[in-house]
Amino acid sequence: MCLVAAELERQGIATVAIVLLRAIAERVRPPRALCVPFRHGYPLDTAGDAVKQHAVIEAALRLLEDPTLTPPAVVDYQEGGSHPVPGR
Amino acid sequence: MGNLAEFSLPVRMLLRAYRWRRIDPVPWAPLRKPLAESRIALVSSAGFIAPGQPSFDDSVRGGDVSFRDISSSTNVSTLVETHRSDSFDHGGLAGDPNVAFPIDRVRELAQRGRIGAVAPRHLSFMGSITAPGRLVRDTAPEAARRLVADGVDVALLVPV
Repeated sequence: MCLVAAELERQGIATVAIVLLRAIAERVRPPRALCVPFRHGYPLDTAGDAVKQHAVIEAALRLLEDPTLTPPAVVDYQEGGSHPVPGR
Repeated sequence: MGNLAEFSLPVRMLLRAYRWRRIDPVPWAPLRKPLAESRIALVSSAGFIAPGQPSFDDSVRGGDVSFRDISSSTNVSTLVETHRSDSFDHGGLAGDPNVAFPIDRVRELAQRGRIGAVAPRHLSFMGSITAPGRLVRDTAPEAARRLVADGVDVALLVPV
């Protein structure tokens, strides 16, 4: 996913990637990544729960709107929070 | 955080030892217009296929780097998840593909005006590609060209 994201960005499409393993995202360095605390197989949290899925997507979209981020932007998802916070 | 402890010891060892490709320099495409005016596409690596589409080829050494176009009008309940890994629970994806291919959620965002439009097609890749050379050289550029041709401004990438 991260390698595809990089190519999309090279061709002018802004991307944000959901990431399940921060350590790998830090090594690969996608342009924008939202690190989520969920199990593999559940990248948008709970199956059948539109509210929770929207919360994750909204956090991802906010990364696109954040003018302070610089590449690579690897940010942790804050469950129940209104704003994701920059990672390490 | 999702973590390596979810996996068996052999998979953990593989993930730790694998020589991940480092993106350098990191490209950066800023948002060109407000999200409320932007067209959004989904890119999934859950190996989803739509009815009538060929399966991914599990026999390809290093992984099948092809992708499938998923029409924006697709009923998400008709998508079949074919990710080849047995290292995670596939039950959520089978019950609700939106958990990794959130087309219903994106449609709802468009209806609310949070995004401008849903792209006419989305892209489905197979994950767990261990030899990504052809992906980087051929497949990803072609995928990007298709989304550019569709007037896509933003892509949301969802792994599994």
